Amino acid sequence: LAPWVPVVGLEIHAQISSNSKLFSGSQVQFAAPPNSLVSFFDASLPGTLPVLNRRCVEAAVMTGLALNCSINKKSLFDRKHYFYADLPAGYQITQQRVPIAVNGSLSYSLCIDNKMSQMVTKTVRIKQIQLEQDSGKSLHDDTRSQTLVDLNRAGVGLMEVVMEPDMCCGEEAAAAVRELQLILQTLGSSQAVMAEGQLRVDANVSVHHPGEPYGVRTEVKNINSIRFLAKAVDYEIQRQIEELENGGTILNETRAFDSKLGCTVPMRDKEGKQDYRFMPEPNLPPLILYDAKSLPANMNHQQVINIDWIHERLPDLPSVKREKLVEQYGILPEHSFTLLNEEGLAEFFENVVKQTQMKPKKVIGWILQDLLSYLKQHSLTVKESPVSSFLLADLLNLLEKKEISSTAAKQVLAELWKGEGKTPLEIVKEQKLQLLQDQKELEQICQAVIDRQENE
Amino acid sequence: QVAAALKEGHVTPTELCQRCLSLIKSTKFLNAYITVAEETALKQAEASEERHKRGQPLGILDGIPIAVKDNFNTAGIETTCASNMLRGYISPYNATVVQKLLDQGAVLLGKTNLDEFAMGSGSTDGVFGPVRNPWSYSRQYKEKSVPKSHSEDKEPDWVITGGSSGGSAAAVSSFTCFAALGSDTGGSTRNPAAHCGVVGLKPTYGLISRHGLIPLVNSMDVPGILTRCVDDAAIMLGSLAGHDPKDSTTVQDNFKPFELPNLTDVSKLSIGIPKEYHAPGLSSEILALWSKAADLFQNAGAKVVEVSLPHTRYSIVCYHVLCTAEVASNMARFDGLEYGHRSDMNESTESMYAATRREGFNDVVRGRILSGNYFLLKQNYEKYFIKAQKVRRLIANDFVKVFRSGVDVLLTPTTLSDAAPYMEFIKEDNRTRSAQDDILTQAANMAGLPAINVPTALSERGLPVGLQFIGRSFQEQQLLTVAKWFEKQVQFPMIQLEEVKKHDHGVFQHQKCA
Repeated sequence: LAPWVPVVGLEIHAQISSNSKLFSGSQVQFAAPPNSLVSFFDASLPGTLPVLNRRCVEAAVMTGLALNCSINKKSLFDRKHYFYADLPAGYQITQQRVPIAVNGSLSYSLCIDNKMSQMVTKTVRIKQIQLEQDSGKSLHDDTRSQTLVDLNRAGVGLMEVVMEPDMCCGEEAAAAVRELQLILQTLGSSQAVMAEGQLRVDANVSVHHPGEPYGVRTEVKNINSIRFLAKAVDYEIQRQIEELENGGTILNETRAFDSKLGCTVPMRDKEGKQDYRFMPEPNLPPLILYDAKSLPANMNHQQVINIDWIHERLPDLPSVKREKLVEQYGILPEHSFTLLNEEGLAEFFENVVKQTQMKPKKVIGWILQDLLSYLKQHSLTVKESPVSSFLLADLLNLLEKKEISSTAAKQVLAELWKGEGKTPLEIVKEQKLQLLQDQKELEQICQAVIDRQENE
Repeated sequence: QVAAALKEGHVTPTELCQRCLSLIKSTKFLNAYITVAEETALKQAEASEERHKRGQPLGILDGIPIAVKDNFNTAGIETTCASNMLRGYISPYNATVVQKLLDQGAVLLGKTNLDEFAMGSGSTDGVFGPVRNPWSYSRQYKEKSVPKSHSEDKEPDWVITGGSSGGSAAAVSSFTCFAALGSDTGGSTRNPAAHCGVVGLKPTYGLISRHGLIPLVNSMDVPGILTRCVDDAAIMLGSLAGHDPKDSTTVQDNFKPFELPNLTDVSKLSIGIPKEYHAPGLSSEILALWSKAADLFQNAGAKVVEVSLPHTRYSIVCYHVLCTAEVASNMARFDGLEYGHRSDMNESTESMYAATRREGFNDVVRGRILSGNYFLLKQNYEKYFIKAQKVRRLIANDFVKVFRSGVDVLLTPTTLSDAAPYMEFIKEDNRTRSAQDDILTQAANMAGLPAINVPTALSERGLPVGLQFIGRSFQEQQLLTVAKWFEKQVQFPMIQLEEVKKHDHGVFQHQKCA
C-alpha cells in the first residue's frame, strides 16, 4: 500500500490582551454578566462608526515581529458578510486584502520517540497575521427552542495567525501551538489561555500520496485544548486515510471534534460554501505604520506607531530564554523546554540556584523530577507549591554539604510537601536523618549490627 | 439677523420656538416633519432664554430653531429613517452634528421626513408619506398654474420637494425653522434645496463628522446644511466642521470657522462651465438660466471658461454599483435582534431575519440590497465593484485636472427641471427617477468635493430653480464667497405663503436670513 503524507495547517485566533475592544471603548473581560460590556458600536446601533484601538495594533506588530514576519506598513480593513445571531452588524471587520503582517516563521521542538533526550527542531511558515473582530457568543437553548446571545465578546480584538500546511501530525501541530502560546504570553499580546477562549485553533487536514497533489482538506473546529488538538488532528488523518483506502472520497467540509468520543463529526452547516461578499471597510482609512526611516519629523508621537521602536522593546522570546538557560546553567536543551513549559518554573529554578551551592546541573534534577512530578500529581501550579525555592535550596544545601544522603533528602522533601512550616533542618533532626560523619560512631553501629546478626 | 434679534431682546427664544411650532402645526399638510419634539424644544428655548437674560448666549446659534433629517440619531427622540424597520426606535445617543448644535444652544424642533433610508430623489418613498413642496401653495405657483378644475382640492397639483432631504428643505422653505440638517450622498441636500428655493450645502467629505448619521454610502455620505441664505450656511458650517475622533474619516486638520466677505470684485475669479452638464433632459429654461448666470459672471469681470469633465456620463452607473454594494452591507445589521422592528415569525433565526427584513424595508431598499449583494459576489466583484472604484477615480481626476488648470469654481445646473407634480413623478419608479435626477449632483459625491445650490430664479410655473457651484476640496470659504456674491446678484424672491404670513409678527417677514 502506498504511503500517505498527511498535511496539517492551522488557523489560530488569539484574543488580544487589551483593556478595550478593537474598534470601540467597551471593556474586555472574561466571564462578565451577559451583555454588560457592550458599547453602541458593538451592538451595531445604526450610525456608529469603528475607531481603531492602538494597543491592538501594537500587539499585532509585536506578534508579527516575534514570528519573523514582514510588517506591512500599509494594511487595509475589510468587511466579511454573513448572517448570524452573534454578529450584530451582519459583517465582521477583518483584514482580507492586506493584513498587518505576512511571511513569518515559527520554530518549535519535538521529542523524538517520547524521549526527552532527543529533541528535533522544526519550522512552520506563518502565512499572515490579521487583525479582526471577535463575535459574540450564542447559547442554544434547545428545550425552549431559543438562542441566547451574549455580545460581551463581540468586537474584542483578535489576531488570526495562519500557519501554512507544513505540519504532518497531531504532535507537530500541538508543539507549534504550544510554542505560539508561550510566545504570545511572553509578549503579553495575548494571554492565550485556551480554556478561556483566548486561543482558538482550527486545523486544516488532508492526506495525499507522495508526488501527487494535495488531497481535499477538511477543517476541524471545536478543539478546546492542545491535547485535544493532537487527538483531533491524528483522528482526522486516520479517518481520511481509511476513507480513501476504502474507495471513498473526502468532502471539503467543516467537522467538529467531539472530545468525548475522540472523533470528528460533520458540523451543522453554519456557513456552507458561503460567499462572504468581501468589501473594503469604508469607515477606516488604510492603517499606516512607520519605522525610524519613514517617520515624519513633526508627527505627534501619540498618533503613530513606530515598528522599530516596538522591535527594540521586545522581551526575550522563549527560544532565546532557553538558550540563555542552557548557556548560563549548563543544563540540557530538553530541560530548558520543560522549565519554560511550566509557568513560573524557570524563575523557581533560578531562585533555587541562587540560594544553593549545588550545581545547577544537579539542581535541575530535583526541579524537573521531584518538584514537578509532585506538583503534577496534585494538580498544583508552581505558584501554589507548598515548598518554596528557599526551602528547597535549604534542603539541597544539606545534601550538598553531605549532611544527609540523597535518599534522606527525598524523605525530607516528602515531609516538606505537607507544608507544616518546618525547615529541612528541623525535619532532619526529627527523623534522625543526619549522615553520620563520625568514624567511631559508624564503627560502633556496624559492630552492633554485626553482633545482632551473630546472635540470631 | 434673527440671532441679532434674539440678542437684543426683540424676540425671545421661547416666542420664536412657539411660533415655529405653531407654524409647523398649520403647515402639517406639507408632511415635512415626522416627529415634532415640542416639549424638549420648549425646554431648550427656555434655557436659551435664561442665558440671553444673563447676557451669556452660547453663540450665534443660541435659541435658533432648527430641524434635523430623520436619519440622524437624536437621543430620546425617535429616529426612524422613514422606515418601518426603525419605527419607534429611540436612539440612546446624539449624532455628533446634533450634539454640536445643541451645545451651541440651538433649539431642536423635530425630525424631518425623507425617502426611506435616504434612498430616493423625491422624498416620496418614506413610510410616513411624501413631503409636499411648500411652493405648491405659494402665490407664485398658484398664479401660474392652470386651474384643472374649480374645486379647492389641493391634492393633484402639489409638487414634490425633491430628495431625499425633502422634509428639511420644506421646513426651511416654509419658515418653520431657520436651518436644517440634511444628508447628501448623490445630491440629497442640493436637489431638494433647488426645488424648494433654499440654499443647500454639501461640504467636502471628511470635513463634518458622520458619527450618528445612519449611513447610506459611507464613502460618499456627508451631513448637508439647508438654510435660507449663504451666510447662514457658513455659520452652520462653522459650528459643525472639524475632526471627530469618533469618525475616523474626518480629517485631522484644525478647522477655522470663517465669516464670508462681501465680495465685490470677481475679476480674479475663474468660473468653469463643464460642458457635460448640458445633460440630456435639461430643460431649456434651466439651460437659459445657466447661460445667463455665466454671462453675469463674465460681465462682472470674471473669467468664464468652458471645461470638460469627460467621465461625467459614467457617474450614475458607477454610483449605482458602489451605492448598492454599500447599502447591502450597511443594511445587514437590521435583523430585528438588537433594536428596531422584529417580526413575530420565530420558527428559526433565519426565518425571523427574513420576515423582519421583508416587513421592515420598502421595495427600494430591498432592491438595492439585492443589487448590491449581486455586485459583491466573488465572481462579480472584479467586474463591477473594482471597476466602479476605478471609474470613480477617473471621475475624481476629471475635477482635479480642471481645478489644476486654474478654474476656481464650477457653475452647473442643480436639477434638470423645476419640481415635478407628485402625480407625474410617481409614474416612474424610484430607480429610474434617481438615475435621472442625480446626474448633475452625483459626481461631486464621487469626488468628495464641496458643492452648493443657490436659489436663482422662478421658473415659468412659478417654482424655484437653483444653480450649483462646485468647489475645490476643503475650500468652502472660496465656494461660499462666490455663492454669496451670486446670491446677491440674483435676488431670489421670497416665498409667499399664506400660513407664514399668518404667523408672522415681523420676524419672518423682511428677511430670508437668520
